[in-house]
Amino acid sequence: MVNTLVELKSIRKTFGNVVAVDSVNLSIARGEFVVLLGPSGSGKTTILSMLGGFVTPSSGEVLIEGADVTQVPPALRPTVTVFQDYALFPHMSVASNVSFGLSMRKVPKDVRGRRTEQALRLVGLEGLGDRAIDQLSGGQRQRVALARAIAVEPSVLLLDEPLGALDLSLRRQMQEELVRIQKQLGTTFVHVTHDQDEAMSIADTIVVLNHGKIEDNGPPDRIYLKPASLFTATFMGESNILEGTIAATHNGHMQVSTKLGDIEVEGERPAGDTVRLSIRPEQIKLGTTEDNDSIALGDVEITEAVFQGAHRRCRGLAGTNRDTELLLRIPVENSIQPGDTVEINVQPNDIVLLQD
Amino acid sequence: MAEITRPPIRGGFDFSRWAIVPAITITVCFFIVPLVIMLLVSFWQRIGGKLEATWTLANYEKFFSRSYLVDALFNSIEVALVATIVSVLLAYPLAHILAYRVPQRWQRFALILAVLPFWTSYVVRSYSWLLVLSDNGIINVALQSIGIIDQPLSMSYNRGATVLGFVHFFTMLLTLTIYANLVQISPSYRRAAADLGASNLQVFLRITLPLSVPGIAVGAFIAFVITIGDFITPQILGGNTELLIPQAIMLQVARAANFPMASVMSMTLMAVVTITYLAFAKYLKMDRG
Amino acid sequence: MSWLRQVPSACYMTLAFVFIYLPVVVLVLFSFQDGLLPVPPFQGPSLQWYERMFDNRRLMEALLNSIVVATLSSAVATLLGFLAAHTLARKHIRFAGGARYLLMAPITVSYLIIGMGLLVTFNLLGVSRSLFVVGIGHVIINLPLCFAIIFSQMGDHQKNIERTAHDLGATDLQTLVLITAPIMRPTLFAAFCIAATLSWDEFIIAFLLSRFDVTLPVTIFEMLRAGLTPEVNAAGTVVFAISITMVSIAILLSTRRKNNNG
Repeated sequence: MVNTLVELKSIRKTFGNVVAVDSVNLSIARGEFVVLLGPSGSGKTTILSMLGGFVTPSSGEVLIEGADVTQVPPALRPTVTVFQDYALFPHMSVASNVSFGLSMRKVPKDVRGRRTEQALRLVGLEGLGDRAIDQLSGGQRQRVALARAIAVEPSVLLLDEPLGALDLSLRRQMQEELVRIQKQLGTTFVHVTHDQDEAMSIADTIVVLNHGKIEDNGPPDRIYLKPASLFTATFMGESNILEGTIAATHNGHMQVSTKLGDIEVEGERPAGDTVRLSIRPEQIKLGTTEDNDSIALGDVEITEAVFQGAHRRCRGLAGTNRDTELLLRIPVENSIQPGDTVEINVQPNDIVLLQD
Repeated sequence: MAEITRPPIRGGFDFSRWAIVPAITITVCFFIVPLVIMLLVSFWQRIGGKLEATWTLANYEKFFSRSYLVDALFNSIEVALVATIVSVLLAYPLAHILAYRVPQRWQRFALILAVLPFWTSYVVRSYSWLLVLSDNGIINVALQSIGIIDQPLSMSYNRGATVLGFVHFFTMLLTLTIYANLVQISPSYRRAAADLGASNLQVFLRITLPLSVPGIAVGAFIAFVITIGDFITPQILGGNTELLIPQAIMLQVARAANFPMASVMSMTLMAVVTITYLAFAKYLKMDRG
Repeated sequence: MSWLRQVPSACYMTLAFVFIYLPVVVLVLFSFQDGLLPVPPFQGPSLQWYERMFDNRRLMEALLNSIVVATLSSAVATLLGFLAAHTLARKHIRFAGGARYLLMAPITVSYLIIGMGLLVTFNLLGVSRSLFVVGIGHVIINLPLCFAIIFSQMGDHQKNIERTAHDLGATDLQTLVLITAPIMRPTLFAAFCIAATLSWDEFIIAFLLSRFDVTLPVTIFEMLRAGLTPEVNAAGTVVFAISITMVSIAILLSTRRKNNNG
């Protein structure tokens, strides 16, 4: 609790009739690299703007370092925002841009110079202080924007889809850079993106957003392997969703009756409830149950098999009535083809009971 | 870390919100208020060399009962209308040629060249036309020496000269505004029309012309308003053949210092200008570009 | 045979250009007249009228007055127009539409009426006519123009730059002076040049509101009333040359800006 740096309490934002953010509660710890992930319209940028002070919440509170900053303007908050278009001052040199925040704080000239050089060194732009902005490449501009924000040592660095304008290889490179810089500084980063691969690469914690609400919140591996909601399961990679009814329940174990047979899952829901189960395509294994743990799912008739390099992406119809479409990822060694019928099974641990 | 301090807590003076105040204040004080005062003064009278706040319609009665004054008003409107229309008719073909016939590379240069004389002094330009049109001016001397005429043509010190002076000025202005409008029209409209079977004339009448109306309207409005309120051109080129409203106003001010009368005439002129503005209002909207 | 289609256009364009340049040619030509009258036949060339003009104390003073009035009133109009454009472009204030109409209103009214309004008002208040009052009149006629030019260039693309400046601790005023104004320098200069050109050539307001110290157009008018001599031609030619130079600078600056933003 002492480690909590940022808290959003019941934050809500409406623009006219549109609810952009719907009662969000979020805690961010010191030193965390948090990624706000979601499609456009999910409210992620609005939340970032409310953290930065550019948008005032319709209701709720924003607390940073324990203080209520809900009504405080950006200049007075311990946050700095890096915008998607970098917003570099075109008439100033790289060094002047980076030291701008310092001169606003009336930091003496020699200290300014030192801190500017430090910031530039950190982002890998040492010695480029005298360059004009229009002489820089896209990647370099991105780093200047970052250095400018770092120079004033904010408690929280807010990044609004900063890598969106870069091409793929540059983006991957910058992702690694961002993580390195963040770890070196120890500053809390809040990063907005719609790209789930990017999120998984850089985040300590991913907050999945949809329609202004938080769908899931946790480390990348947990979110991927054990998604909490239907949206999370289908937004973070592909997933097979099985609907079923709880036939019986006993001591924290439930027997769920699905079109692929009875499946035993952990959980405390009353019998008769409908639930949804999520299984990732790569977790469906071929063959009959090899050990006592794995759960048989019957067999599947393959309708499509597309070579994707490391695996084959296959579609098939499963269930006794062949009415359940499944997505599978079969290792390349297995020369599977449309028309084949194979047995499938899955580890019980890989079956996720969705919370919604 | 100790070296970086938090920015000092500043007072809440929202400079951005108040920055517009000086401009608004000046406009109100030196534009709106004077107009109101002038309106008030038009109801006063000049008695015995002093301004008396008599609150009467006498001046307005005097204005509308003096035929030469009412004539001045209508003459002004006529001259302004004729000058504006002729300018549009002369400028449009020129703008059209510049936009569609002159090769792209030369267009800007040709446009600047066509508009350059705009920047001779307004007074001097009217005077120059006097030199051109007068009895011993260039045109008469040239025509006489060739033998086309025996006596010089009387082309100066009349309404025609005044109109010509205006037309010269506004042809350039209107060429500019119409050209700017024409080059903004996407060529794909004309191409599509031609593709669907329209002849050159039809393309012009049904596509180009309607789409160029805003450019014409803006230029025509400016031309009309400037013309009707202009003192110099009729004074230099018009001679004593007829009186226009601006000259009438100047007479009241310079000779008689009769501000109430001058105010009456100014307000009348202002009424005409305002009506014109309302007629053109939809073409004069200003949006952020 | 396409060249044949060009003939009517070429003819019209030639005639139009002859019409447009006729008075200018006459003006410049007869400024070099070696004789008393600025009419044919042309005797010359001679610089005597230019010499006469530069010796004309009153004319030279009027020239200086015009420059001062134009520079100062345009600077004020540009500054006020910039501040007004900033507020309307960046802030949500009440009556924003009304404010815009108010600021643009003077453009729709004749200069004569604006001048008359000021004359009557100042006369009533006992303020005597002077170049200062002329300057006020020129600010009024140029403010709408400067505002319109600057406002049209304050696009949204600059919003994030100003937001970042605020984020890093700059006040509204600091952002305006250190960030917004420098970035908009070409636009501000263009507005200033256009205003200066209009003020410099403006007659009726200067005529109504000045007394002994006058501006150049008023002096030229006085000279005309005294008699038609080539000295007026010389003065007109010089004015033409100066005006063209100022406009060329403004155009060059605006082209360079476009190239930089490309």
